[in-house]
Amino acid sequence: MIEREQVLHVARLSRLRLSETEIDTLAGELSSILDHVDKLAEVDIEGVEPTSHVVPLENVLRPDEPRPSLDRDVALSQAPDPADGAFRVPSPQAES
Amino acid sequence: MSRSELLAADGAATAALIASGEASANEVLDFWLERAGSDALNGYLWRADRESARRGVAADGPLAGVPLAIKDIFCTEGVPTTAASRMLETYVPPYTATAVGRVAGAGMPMLGKTNMDEFAMGSSNENSAFGPSLNPWDHERVPGGSSGGSAAVVAGGLAPWALGTDTGGSIRQPAGFCGIVGLKPTYGSISRFGMIAFASSLDQCGPLTRSVTDAALLLDVLQGRDRMDSTSVGIEGGIARPSAERLDGLTFGVPRGLIGEGIEGGVLARFEETLLKIADLGGTIADIELPHAGHAISAYYVLAPAEASTNLSRYDGVRYGLRASDEDLLSMYEVTREEGFGPEVKRRIMLGTYALSSGYYDAYYGRAQRVRTRIVEDFDRAFGDVDFVVTPTSPTVAFRLGEKTEDPWAMYQSDLFTVPMSLAGIPAISIPAGLARPDGGGPELPVGFQIAAPAFAEQRLLDASFALEGAIGFDGTAALEGGVA
Repeated sequence: MIEREQVLHVARLSRLRLSETEIDTLAGELSSILDHVDKLAEVDIEGVEPTSHVVPLENVLRPDEPRPSLDRDVALSQAPDPADGAFRVPSPQAES
Repeated sequence: MSRSELLAADGAATAALIASGEASANEVLDFWLERAGSDALNGYLWRADRESARRGVAADGPLAGVPLAIKDIFCTEGVPTTAASRMLETYVPPYTATAVGRVAGAGMPMLGKTNMDEFAMGSSNENSAFGPSLNPWDHERVPGGSSGGSAAVVAGGLAPWALGTDTGGSIRQPAGFCGIVGLKPTYGSISRFGMIAFASSLDQCGPLTRSVTDAALLLDVLQGRDRMDSTSVGIEGGIARPSAERLDGLTFGVPRGLIGEGIEGGVLARFEETLLKIADLGGTIADIELPHAGHAISAYYVLAPAEASTNLSRYDGVRYGLRASDEDLLSMYEVTREEGFGPEVKRRIMLGTYALSSGYYDAYYGRAQRVRTRIVEDFDRAFGDVDFVVTPTSPTVAFRLGEKTEDPWAMYQSDLFTVPMSLAGIPAISIPAGLARPDGGGPELPVGFQIAAPAFAEQRLLDASFALEGAIGFDGTAALEGGVA
């Protein structure tokens, strides 16, 4: 069972400012989904290695040589608030 | 060339018409642009004109002049790419996805960008921020998802063929619902560069087509190693046009333990008939066990949201996309993400963040990764005895709009048969196996038949599918006029 406080904690980690309605809805939905997911406990995983990736590849290397990347103007062309050749963001502190 | 002849031609047949001079590339492009322009399915989120369709497209090549539709998850330089999200509503990428570059390099003009579930999260296309795409067989039903727009426009005669992506069934399930062919290749066979990421260890590009031959032609163009995606390896030797007529000497494994409850009568009937057709063609049917495949949905709904929660952290209102507040930095992140993402995307970000959070990581993410290993082992063992594993593509035919939106877990069950192959990274195709009415009544709707093969055995998979397609003789023409207003 996922409590309201846990929803708020995970929302904070996820950088989501949920509405009151969403908090309640998600508490119910996540609880219900996790009830199903908890059936994974039935599987014997003793001594089983985790799979993070299925392609048998390791250490794909390339020479460490500089090459052209996106032009600065192009990289900034989609920015909501470009300024002085950089991405501008609001202050970390709310203005008081 | 008459309009009905152009409409009746699949990708391969259209290429042949152009090659023989029976139709000009201009005539073909104009015809399909006009069809796309009368989209009654909300299948396209953006449509090209004559000039933009050809931008960056090679003049020559075996498939030159045969246009295609592209799922709006592939970045296209200078053309809006939204992933059907408010977050990217105004985004115009500064670069083009490798898969799109490869079809352009083969001479194929782009008709437009197709509708999808937001960030490819969904099984019905109802999670699009721009309204659902509709099923050309019945406009009151979903086309499936997440590549629902791509499936709808191909089945509904609004494009000869299309590109999609499949993470847990997002090509195969909509192909099944719309009565067309959908192939998810082996993970790593096609570059993911420029494909907006959902779950990186599972996402794979693939074709949605009217025929198995078309799927083979597109796969041959798309596959290959790409230095921009270090997980891409390609398919050695490429893909030849399939020509098999028989299935002699091939064994098809049926995981009876998986095909049980919740499957519609009509779907099961078409599945059993298709098994008989395999036997008629000389193939052998064998029962197999995939002991852990029943846990695939649970494992998937830990792993995919976990990967999604990290991938989608990039949408922060700083470098591109929506910015919804300028109050202070933290509020800017939180309000932007709150306003930019739809309900299913938020649900998965929350689920994934929870599964990765301190104190829950081992119980959820770590355990799901180990169950994934068990599922990989199940397939390895099965393929020691059989050449292919076959199932229905989905437990049901296309359901009604709104039918499953209230219950996320019920919606997730739609991918019951497709998710195990995704977790194992192996190739799987859905081909149309006939029509059936839903349980409880309704119109006759397409049923998909799924065939899976060992990693990188695409050629064998396509050859067998081609032979079976010929024996089934599915006719999708009834839907071809279902796409236009």
